[in-house]
Amino acid sequence: MADPRSFVVDDTQKGIFLLDREALVSEQVLRDEVKNVFAKCWIYVGHGSELKKNGDFQTRRVAGRPVIFVRDQQGQVRCHFNTCRHRGAIVCNDRSGNVRRFNCVYHGWIYGNDGSLQRVPGDEAYTEAFDQKSLALKGPARFEEYRDFWFMNLDPNAQPLTEYLGKATDYIDLVIDQSPSGKMEVLPGTQEYDVSANWKLMVENSVDDYHLPSTHSTWLNFMANSGVKVEPPKAKDQVLPTRGWAIELGNGHFTTDNVNFRGRPVAKWIPLYGPEAEGEIAAIRAELVERLGEERATRVADTNRNLVIFPNLVINDGSSVTIRTFYPDGPAKMHVTAWALGPVEESENARARRLDAFLTFYGPGGFATPDDVEALEMVQQGLANWEDDRWSEMSRGMGREGEQLNSDEHHLRIFWRKWNAMMTGAAK
Amino acid sequence: MTFQAKTFPVTRAQVEDFLFYEASLLDNWKLNEWQELLTEDACYYVPPNDDLEGSHRNTLFIIADDRERIRQRVIRVLDPNCHAEHPRSRLSRIVGNVRITEQDGDILTVWANFVVHRYRRNERLGEYVGHYRYLLKLDGDSFRIKERRAYLKSHELGSLGSVSFIL
Repeated sequence: MADPRSFVVDDTQKGIFLLDREALVSEQVLRDEVKNVFAKCWIYVGHGSELKKNGDFQTRRVAGRPVIFVRDQQGQVRCHFNTCRHRGAIVCNDRSGNVRRFNCVYHGWIYGNDGSLQRVPGDEAYTEAFDQKSLALKGPARFEEYRDFWFMNLDPNAQPLTEYLGKATDYIDLVIDQSPSGKMEVLPGTQEYDVSANWKLMVENSVDDYHLPSTHSTWLNFMANSGVKVEPPKAKDQVLPTRGWAIELGNGHFTTDNVNFRGRPVAKWIPLYGPEAEGEIAAIRAELVERLGEERATRVADTNRNLVIFPNLVINDGSSVTIRTFYPDGPAKMHVTAWALGPVEESENARARRLDAFLTFYGPGGFATPDDVEALEMVQQGLANWEDDRWSEMSRGMGREGEQLNSDEHHLRIFWRKWNAMMTGAAK
Repeated sequence: MTFQAKTFPVTRAQVEDFLFYEASLLDNWKLNEWQELLTEDACYYVPPNDDLEGSHRNTLFIIADDRERIRQRVIRVLDPNCHAEHPRSRLSRIVGNVRITEQDGDILTVWANFVVHRYRRNERLGEYVGHYRYLLKLDGDSFRIKERRAYLKSHELGSLGSVSFIL
């Protein structure tokens, strides 16, 4: 039985999947998804490596909430709402830094970096009912990590993070296996870009391999000019040079998984990296084989994976590793933040190569991302006709049995089914 | 710190003329002509807004191009399939407060302020504000650009969107 409020037509019999474009334009939908999606799911806050020393902090907005991501004096990673318990001002105005205390500039309330309220100027003016201990900075109901990726959940009854991530942890592990010590770090420098488009279009775009030849032909040219000839696919059902899959990971998470055709800092040399890099990349690869065995090393070094953790975290392990998250600012606008991730023990040259490879594709000055941004903005502009042209056609690959291709829309449908279920109350 | 006037083998007016000429090439998308102003080892950097002093070798930049990457960037942005610049942004840049601050052999360090106004189809005005730092190589009675670094002053790039033109 189709729910009357369903945003999708999901007809597996006929092999047709349609999305109601109201999902991409409506203020009411946005209000509902703040409540039904962002307040119910585990939302990525930051990586433990961004807080190297006790007292290190980062302020950011997570699911629209101003938070302080901080390592306290005991070394415990915490997430506080950046909101004074007194009258509500943000208590930390710096983007990042190292402090023992957060001082509210308005009336001078002072909090420890563990969130405890340590000083209230003129506290003799309060009655005994005033309980300073109970006025620590608040935070999300839940705050948990998986291998130093920290997430918050506003729902106290949410399932534990690792349970929520489920099979997606295998794909996070695969990224972390690049590092001999099993430790990855977020590199300095943050990329930010706003996109005048609905945030869910970025979920689609991050994993949609159907668009690569048309949206990114100038990137393919650049690769060819740099000695990486990307051969057109031989198989009829293939859009990309190598065969790749779209894999459902449960709970709305999914990933693409394809044999690499474009070089990887870990560990597949291409001429773009320069002849001097060949030896070191071979050594990085040899270490992978030594540590992980041939099969696992091949998975780490020779596959590209674009992973979506529902709803709004993307970890792309492709030309480089990027962590990307985004949050709506109105139905037709989102803020995107992206970081680069690398093994802690990487040599100076390997690090430079990783960052350079990142910029060949990703980011506001990259050779591909600006065209993605343009494509999403063009979608949003076109959607102004939504009331008379209501449905997006997303049936690609519906009839395919068994393994699903990354150039189909199977994985996009996984997202929309999960989202639709949460929005219509059909989610378990 | 007190200000001390230094003398250089060229005048500020000569440097300004050169930078204004470069600005006109960039504003008018004459990017192949612009490349003739570059040395063969020229670099072009846009550091991230939250780490202006970082090195591109250990910090994620917005743009960190060596000479070959600049060549490829120009090929890309002039291609009609560069969707982010099709139709092209209309650009108008004001370059001011030009100062020669150092000389090291035939290399001058030059600082300038910029405001780049950018109009795109269907979009409101975008305003990119910051400082340039140039390393200019003396070349006869003119200059070549050895390094060009655009420091964006905004606290966050977000609202400016992509930097798909030459800043």
